[in-house]
This record gives sequence, structure tokens and C-alpha cells, in this order.
Amino acid sequence: METSQEHEHPQWEVVIGLEIHAQLATKSKIFSGAATAYGASPNTQACAVDLGLPGVLPVLNEEAVRMAVKFGMAIEAEIAPYSVFARKNYFYPDLPKGYQISQFELPIVGNGHMDINVDGSSKRVGITRAHLEEDAGKSLHEDFHGLTGIDLNRAGTPLLEIVSEPDMRSAKEAVAYMRKLHNLVRWIGICDGNMQEGSFRCDANVSVRPRGQQAFGTRAEIKNINSFKFVEKAINHEVDRQIQLIESGGKIVQETRLYDSVKDETRSMRSKEEANDYRYFPDPDLLPVSVSDEFKAHIKALLPELPDTRKLRFNEQYQLDTENADILTASRSLADYFETLVKESSCEAKMCANWMTGDLIAALNKANLEITESPITSQRLAGLLQRINDNTISGKIAKQVFEGMWHSTATADEIITEKGLKQITDTGAIEAVIDQIIADNSKQVEQYRDGNEKVFAFFVGQVMKAMQGKANPGEVNKILKTKLK
Amino acid sequence: MALTADDVKKIAYLARLGIHEQDVTAYANDLSGILALMTQMGATDTDGIVPMAHPMDQSQRLRADEVTEKDARNRFQAIAPQVEEGLYLVPKVIE
Amino acid sequence: MHNKSINQLAKSLRAGEFSSVELTQSFLARIKQHQALNCFITVTENVALENAQRADAKIANGDTGLLTGIPIAQKDIFCTQGIKTTCGSKMLDNFIAPYDATIVTQLNEAGAVMLGKLNMDEFAMGSSNETSFYGAVKNPWQTDSVPGGSSGGSAAAVAARLSVCATGTDTGGSIRQPAAHCGITGLKPTYGRVSRYGMIAYASSLDQGGPMARSAEDAAILLQAMAGFDNKDSTSVDRPVPDYQAGLANSIEGLKIGLPKEFFGEGLSASVGAIIEKAVEEYRKMGAVIKEISMPNLKLAIPAYYVIAPAECSANLSRFDGVRFGYRCETPKDLTDLYTRSRGEGFGKEVKRRILMGTYALSAGYYDAYYIKAQKIRRLISEDFKKALADVDVIMGPVTPSTAFGIGEKIGNPIEMYLSDIYTIAINLAGLPAMSIPAGFAEGKPVGLQVIGNYFTEDRLLNIAHQYQQATDWHQQIPKGFE
Repeated sequence: METSQEHEHPQWEVVIGLEIHAQLATKSKIFSGAATAYGASPNTQACAVDLGLPGVLPVLNEEAVRMAVKFGMAIEAEIAPYSVFARKNYFYPDLPKGYQISQFELPIVGNGHMDINVDGSSKRVGITRAHLEEDAGKSLHEDFHGLTGIDLNRAGTPLLEIVSEPDMRSAKEAVAYMRKLHNLVRWIGICDGNMQEGSFRCDANVSVRPRGQQAFGTRAEIKNINSFKFVEKAINHEVDRQIQLIESGGKIVQETRLYDSVKDETRSMRSKEEANDYRYFPDPDLLPVSVSDEFKAHIKALLPELPDTRKLRFNEQYQLDTENADILTASRSLADYFETLVKESSCEAKMCANWMTGDLIAALNKANLEITESPITSQRLAGLLQRINDNTISGKIAKQVFEGMWHSTATADEIITEKGLKQITDTGAIEAVIDQIIADNSKQVEQYRDGNEKVFAFFVGQVMKAMQGKANPGEVNKILKTKLK
Repeated sequence: MALTADDVKKIAYLARLGIHEQDVTAYANDLSGILALMTQMGATDTDGIVPMAHPMDQSQRLRADEVTEKDARNRFQAIAPQVEEGLYLVPKVIE
Repeated sequence: MHNKSINQLAKSLRAGEFSSVELTQSFLARIKQHQALNCFITVTENVALENAQRADAKIANGDTGLLTGIPIAQKDIFCTQGIKTTCGSKMLDNFIAPYDATIVTQLNEAGAVMLGKLNMDEFAMGSSNETSFYGAVKNPWQTDSVPGGSSGGSAAAVAARLSVCATGTDTGGSIRQPAAHCGITGLKPTYGRVSRYGMIAYASSLDQGGPMARSAEDAAILLQAMAGFDNKDSTSVDRPVPDYQAGLANSIEGLKIGLPKEFFGEGLSASVGAIIEKAVEEYRKMGAVIKEISMPNLKLAIPAYYVIAPAECSANLSRFDGVRFGYRCETPKDLTDLYTRSRGEGFGKEVKRRILMGTYALSAGYYDAYYIKAQKIRRLISEDFKKALADVDVIMGPVTPSTAFGIGEKIGNPIEMYLSDIYTIAINLAGLPAMSIPAGFAEGKPVGLQVIGNYFTEDRLLNIAHQYQQATDWHQQIPKGFE
């Protein structure tokens, strides 16, 4: 797969702001009691309210409000005591009422921020606002005799639109911000983060300006970016396009552009842009949403330890290096897995971390599995680490046991017993093998006694080979040293 | 303030409202008359008055997050102008 | 039997003087006989007879509900499952509602018999019932006059004894004005008192359903069944519903009545003015205290209303796009064509006028000057009422500046038509309850007295109206030919 290319533009500064739509993981829709489950047969989850039948009215889902407030708290934002739903008016067949219920002047979440890390340095990205709104349906363009089919199952699914400040200066930063946000919304349990299903989508506002210039350049909004990889590619492509255009004497126009991942290019959507006048006004079917201090306190109490805090704690409590702490807080499930592992195994945290960031994550990646889908639970892995710790098996044999555990439901102990992998610590047995090897290799014994220390490794290898790797390496070394004197 | 025929056409397009060419002037005149009525409001000082969007001085009631609606596609699509395979059909949407 | 009150009918049904089926058949026959009034868009004969049979069985089993077996009719703005629900528009001429409005469910549960769906101004936009796709309704008192609107079919049907009572909706006077023009009793409840779920929206922050009946007593019984909290309507108020009949007989001695001088100035016809003064005098005789008050911002109600209502309607009516229900134009050549022609052909002139007006008022560059300004004026008007109602119990005045005008007289002049709602519109902006009570006749046509109360004082208003109806018989007059 071709990787995205960030060209050097020494004279230009890139300015990026992201608008991220996170589908909230509620059971029912934001304004109706229809289900939000993905993948249902077309229009079977579109009730009278979602269809915008004459006479129907919206009633706000409490859980959507709770989730928005939870998010606001997680980014240390202002939570509006009163927020207002407004109607955003435009005609589109996937928008049943001819308006989208959204928030405009008074969003539920105000000013917050998130810190990102790029190439070792930390940076704060401002979050202007986050507001609640309803999703639209889907247009299916397969051929229905040249017509388009409309599925309104998604219509009315709650969305949290998270708008950043134009604080990012490279596609890399944008991706770092998006990943961090992606982790956060899943971490606090408000979004499943499934990008293939469209649960987490991104629009990017991109502009360039000569370095040193204060004023922003004219921006283009790139819509429809549905993976981290595409965000980077789409932004880099758009930056190149803008710089080339300006440098060749052209002028950027403010417009909406669509990213085409197949052709790897953005193209203008001017058709949708023309006569864009959304005529926002407060939705008279809904009253102002009030968030009391009591409601906030209740949610605050339910808020889990957040990724940044947990990472710091991992640093301090477990003495993990930044890299491991980063990896192990990349999701709440990973962090939970790690802490369970440490607790259950009573092994050194560092050992647990190395096993996770090494063997476990590699195996998961290879199998394309999430930590939550891991065939080896933290309890089972703890069983394995305990056997390394108490010298039942060596680290090398442990990899073999891990492999066995991955493909079965057996415990580490069961596999060790079944395959006879228990380490031999009986010095008598080891001595007997060593004696035999010394007797069979008199030439090498001479070399060693003449001062060629390198030959020692040869003896270790011979012993291990003879004992199928099960001899305790410490004991082998000790006995060999004595006998070779 | 008087609306021109062009203004009317522009608004009509925003509202996706087909209006016969021969009626445009009449609408322009009617709307201009109504707008003249509106200008009466201008004479009243409303500085510092909080706009009133709603007669009720209450906040939004919240609904428990429960799925209460069952599939009623057949009932709803029985009244639809054109459907196929459970989808509402419209002329091709060009993005 | 078609002249009896609900209480009398309920008694007769239980005494076995006649059955609900017989009663229903008699009303169905009257509806047929007076088709020329054009009150009904749909007569639901089969549904009515089924309802009546069920009611008779319930009564035989000892059911004591006052509305059980009583023939009523629904304004065609309320969705009725399996029954055509047009809202007076070509747009919904083919619309068989797939669900029941909350008040329809409530009235069904109360055992009422639904005779049919009543004619109305298209999407409730009009003051004469002339904007209906199904043609104008005739005023039974003078058939070349309008019945008022938008609940014109409801008012005319009740006045002509084609139904015992009817539902209506009131966004700027649509219950009170036709009630006044047809000589019946109409009540617009406090905003939020009656569920709006299933009531096709015109202007959501102003719309309110209510009862239209021949007397305050009947209106109380009908409101009892309509009022109440509905968890499907975010603007519905969760507050107990009082027993509306319980206080009807209370004395109104010492009642403080405010008469806003703005209601009696220029524009009010002398004959209507004289009748209102007489009605107020009647109240004085009953022990009420009369006080002149002033509400300086009332004059701004019409401009504010004609910004707010069209703005809300412009969005409310966007769902009529020819995609999921309702009218769709023939062979649309593309998406824009589908929208513009379906909407252009499906909506009538007045609806289009208001959609255009609202779209304009909300559009970029005009929002503050029109919409926000109107919202501020709305606040001022609401404050005027608050101040006045802190001082007096109710406000009284005319419902309309003149009696019912002629069919065709004002339809060509929208502004003149709008101005006829001058006394009713402000009440909707404030969300207050108000009634229209028959108070006499001018030029042979009925005149209505308006009584405006504080929030959630429907019981008091009904009591005040009932007391007047004990002292007068204006509400018992029957138009010639409909006895």
C-alpha cells in the first residue's frame, strides 16, 4: 500500500481544523424510539418521527445529552447550562423533514481542548464546540432504473459534531488529533468508533498561508473522509493543490470538496455549495436543554480515569517508559487488560508490558483482532507469566506455550504439562548431562581451559540441545562453570 | 422594502417551490405589502429585550433511551409515491 | 335530538330513549342533507356506525363516560389512522394517515363516535376557509358569508347541528374567529395543554388544539377528553387536568374584567362594538368589576405573527416533498424538478405566500431584522399580558372587528384578510387560553365575545362563559333551516 506523502513546503504554513462527527452509542435515536442498530433491512428502523410524517414531534433522548456532557467534561470544556436546538434548512432526499435538527448558536459543549503528541513534542489543540444533532439517511445509487434509493434507517441517529480550532499545522498533527479523539470517545463509551460503518467521520478545513503571515488563507472544506489514512492523504493532496494553484498565480475559492479515495484526489462539490442558506432558527418543537450542576456532578462521578491521566499514572506507578505507556493507553480495553495482567500475575509491570506490546499485540495485529477479541484473556496470560516468574519455564519456552494458548482454550499449566515443557532444575540430572558432554568434547574443554571463553556458549548450547531447552539456564551456567574449572 | 420578481424567484428556489412565471409579480407585490406591514415593528425600541422563541418558560423534557418503535415499513410505505426493495425512490441524486 | 347538550344526550343514551347508532344515523343524515355547506372533507360513515355500535354495547354494560356514543367530528388537521387526512390541501389529497393523533386516540378511548373529517383552510392558513383545496365552507347563518377560518368546517358543522361538537386548532385565532362567526363556543387552551402529536403543524410555537361546541358546558366535556400530558410532545405540559365541569356553576361575583382600550379603537365596527359593550354590561350585572386597561404593544401582534408563523411554517412544510407520502408531480425530470413541481402543484396560493414570506424572513441578512425583531416584540406583547393579568382576572373584548364577511370579499387581498385577526393573534404569541362566546347578532350574523385568561385557567374561563350562558340565550340560537 502506498503511503501518504507529506511534501516539504518551506515557504508555506498549513492550517487545518477538523469537524468530527461521532455517532453516539445510544440504543434508540436522538428524537425517537426507533433502534439505531447498524445493518438492518432498509427503512425498517425508520419510525414515523424519523420519516418526518405530518404531525409527528421530536422528544430528546436523555442518554444523548448525558454522552455529550460526558465528552465535554473529558475535554475540560464549558458545559452550557442552556443549549438550544435549531433547524438547519435544506432539501435533500436523505433528509426527511427538509431540515436537520442541530445546534447552532447555543451548543451544549463550549470551549475545550486536547493535547496531542507528534514527533515527541506535545501540542494543545483547541476544541471550539461540540453539539448534538441528528444524522441523515443514506442515498443508494445502485441502479433502480436510473433512480436513487433512499434508506432512512440512519436518519435520526444521534451525532456529536466536534469542531476544532484551526490549530493543526500538518496532516500528521491532524491524524494525531483524530486518533486521540477516536480513542477518547470510545474510552468514555459514547461512540463505538467504527469508521467502516460511518460511526466516526471527519471533514477537514484546510488552508495555506505564507510562513509568518497572520491572516488565514482561504479554506476549502474536504468532506467524506472515513479513515485515518485518507485524512492524511486527503489533506496532503489538498495542501499540494492549494500551493500549486497559488504559486501558478491562481486563487483559492472557499468551497466544499469531496475526497475520492480511489483516485486519491479532492474535487469540487460546487453544486451543493450554491445558494447555501440554511436559515437556522430555534426549533419550536423543542425547548432549551438545561444541564443542571446536579446532572453534571452525577456524570462527573461516572467518568472513568481519562487516557492522559492513566498514561501518567502508568509512567509513575509502573515505571513504564513513554512508548509503552502510550501503546497501553491507546484504548481503554488495552489499559484495563494491562492492569488486570499485572494484578493477576503478580509479575513485574515491565514484564507484563513487554509481553503485551511484544507478543500479544503482534499476534493480534497479525490476526487483525482488537484486544477485546483476543483469544488469550488477561487471566490466561497471567497464568503464563507466573510460570516464567517461578522458573517453571524459560522465556523461550513461554513463547511456545503462548502459541499453544492462542490456538486453544487451555491454560498455560495445561499446555506445559501436556507437552512436558516444565523446566528441569534437578541439578543431578543437569550434572549427568554436563558430565557426558565434557567427556565427549575434550578438544573444546582444552580450548576453554586455555582461556578461550567463547567456547562456553558452545557447552551451554550442547546442554540445552540435549535437554530440549528445558534445563534451567541459570543452573546450567553455574554447574558448567564449576565443572570446566 | 419592496421585493422584485428576481427576489421572489430566489426565495422560491430556496424553498423548492414551483411558481408560475405569470404569478411571480403578484407574489412580489403581496410580499412587499406584507413586508410594509412588518416595518411597523421597526418603530418600537427592542434593545435589550430577550427574544421569545416559545411561549413556555420551561426546559426540554428528556426521554429514556429505550427502543419503543417496531418495524412498520409496510404500513408507512403503503402511502409512498414510489418504493422498491424497501427503499424510497427519487430521481438520481448527483453528488 | 341534535339540539341536545352532551349531558342531555348522555342521559338519553343511558335511559334508552335512543341508541348511539340512531343518534349517529340522524347526524349522518343531516350531514348528507346539508352537503351544500361543504363542512366535511370526508364523512366516515362506516367508522361512525362501528363506533356507535361499540358505544351502545359499552353503555349497555354500564359505561358512564359522558362522551361514549356522542357523535363528534375532527378537523382534518388531526391524523386518523386508515382515514384520509388532508389538512385541506391537494398535497395530502391521497394521504391515508398511518397513525392516530394523540387527541384522536383520547377521544376514541372516551367512546366518542367520529362522523368524519372537517373542512379547513389549507394547512390552517386562512381566516375564511376559502383557501381549502376542497372549496369554501358556507356560513349556516348566511350562506354567502364565510364561516371564518381556519377551523371553518368545525364551526359551521357545530352551528348547523351536523355534529354535537368538533375539534379545532388555533394558531392565530382559528378556533375563536370561526366560533364567533358561526355563533358557537370555542376555546383555545393554554399552549401545551392539549397534545400537538398528530396535529399537522402550521406554526409549532403557536398551534394549539381545542374544543368547539354549542355551549361552555359541552366545551368543558370535550376539553376534558382532549387535555392532558403527552410524552410524545416535548411542549406538552405535565400538569394535572382539573375537572372542567366542576366549577361551571361557581359565582363570578367580584370577577375583575379588564378591557384593553386597544381592543375598542379604530377598526372595530360599531355594531360589533355595541354588542361587546352589552355583553360586558351583562357581566357587570352579574357582579363583575370592569376596568379599562392598556396593552400598548398589541398593535404589533400582526406584524410579529406574520414573521413568526410563516418562518415556522416554511420549515414545517418542507417535509412535503413528494418522496415519502403525499402528492408527487408526474414524471419529474430530476430531483429539483421533483421538489419544485410537487410542492408548486401541491400547495395553494396562500400556503405558498406564507412559505415564501417565512423563507425570506429567515434568510441570510434578514434574520435579525425580521425574525429576531419579531421574537422581541413577542416578548413585549407577552409582558403586556402578564402585567394586565396581574391586575385583572380576565381580559375581554371582541373576537373579530366585524361580523362574517362575504365569500370572495377578501380572498384577493391577503393583508386585509390578515388584519381581520387583529384581536386574536396576540393571545397565541403569549400562549394564553382564550374563548369565544356567542354574544349577539349584528346584521343577522353572530358576534363573539372574547375572554382571555391567565395560563392554565381554562376552568375559570369555562365558568365565566357558562355563567353568561345561564343569563343569556345567544348560544342557543339556531340558524334558519338547521333547526
